[in-house]
Amino acid sequence: MSATEPARPPAIPAAEPPPGGRLTHLPEPVGPLTGSLFAALRGDPAAGLEAMPAPGGGDPLTDLDLQLALYCCYELHYAGFEGVDERWEWSPALLAFRAALEAPFEAAVSAATPANEPGELGNVGESLQRIVAEDDGPPLSRYLETSGTRGQMLEHVVHRSAYQLKEADPHSWTIPRLSPGPKAALLEVQFDEYGGGRAERMHAVLFAETMRALGLDPRYGAYLELLPAPTLATVNLLSGFGLHRRRRGAAVGHLAAFEMTSSVPNRRYGNALRRLGCGKDVTEFYDEHVEADAVHEAIAAWDLAGGLAREEPQLAGEILFGARALLALEARWAQHLLDAWERSRTSLRRPLDGD
Amino acid sequence: MSVMSKERGEETTITPYRDGPYLVRGPFALRDPDGDPIPVTRRTIALCRCGKSRTRPYCDGTHKLIGFRAPGVLETWPPERPEP
Repeated sequence: MSATEPARPPAIPAAEPPPGGRLTHLPEPVGPLTGSLFAALRGDPAAGLEAMPAPGGGDPLTDLDLQLALYCCYELHYAGFEGVDERWEWSPALLAFRAALEAPFEAAVSAATPANEPGELGNVGESLQRIVAEDDGPPLSRYLETSGTRGQMLEHVVHRSAYQLKEADPHSWTIPRLSPGPKAALLEVQFDEYGGGRAERMHAVLFAETMRALGLDPRYGAYLELLPAPTLATVNLLSGFGLHRRRRGAAVGHLAAFEMTSSVPNRRYGNALRRLGCGKDVTEFYDEHVEADAVHEAIAAWDLAGGLAREEPQLAGEILFGARALLALEARWAQHLLDAWERSRTSLRRPLDGD
Repeated sequence: MSVMSKERGEETTITPYRDGPYLVRGPFALRDPDGDPIPVTRRTIALCRCGKSRTRPYCDGTHKLIGFRAPGVLETWPPERPEP
């Protein structure tokens, strides 16, 4: 369909991608944590880490140095970085450093997330429905649908690329940690996320196509240096849930709330892009998500989250925490964008080139 | 509701999800009243149950915006318990 769409913006030249598929370059450091980490990552993992700086005392949710350092620690488990020895992934010294970043981040997420209420744990599917229905996050999708500019929509896509270019991957860490009922439900969602056996229908690939059609660079990690702390925090939240078995309940709750809050905003993003004159090659990712996530939300809430709570009742609180933590960090991220745009500033660390 | 497909011996299931759509799994064909196929792009589909989707017969999540309520199990009439 995209090949027949007229008036596409000039394509990004596919020149000099780093070798190794989705391998990216290490970004420039932004402070003592990233400075020490990135310097070490260019060396031999056998050498371990020198005395590393400790996270500062500021708000971990807005601390760019902490969020970028944690993001890059987690990225070693996904695609890795060009010029970084793959053995760093399981370096005990690196994992200890990562744990020192995770501790203040987890504490800040807990503090930012409303507590579960008494009586909620008995019916997790029903509680998830109510939590999502009562969520009053900033009206980002409504703003973009009715009055967002092309530049703001491009910024939104760039923010989302941090997750969407590896869409579904973080939740897949959870698969081997589930018993057959919830595992089958998760796989039913993931099979669709991964294109139902067709790489070109994979949601991450559809998102790359949207970026390409908008004239953005669709390569994995291309915009990492433009992403502010609130954006990185939304992905770090999920990577942490996915990579720690003890957070499997939160990972499942995160996925359920993500799917339950997806179909309506994605229709609005598609409408925003149509209003801005974009064709099907741009909107396909969003249009696909309207129907896909209408399927996924039912499965994720009742069969996956509800099923996990039946099998492991002690995880019910974690499931609801994961849902609430997602909504809390998404709200902060959305507010960051709206605040920047209200002041006629870029919501990224730097304006997009030529915009 | 469930039927057996003669071709594949695989069960087709239609599941009403509470306050949400019908999910259809297994071998099925979706056709309009003229017998022409309605495009199906995924293994499991969600059919609109609230009537307000903008992509009918598919669900598009609108049931959440309109406060649609329906049980995930068989409704009985008259109600087994008297209305309060």
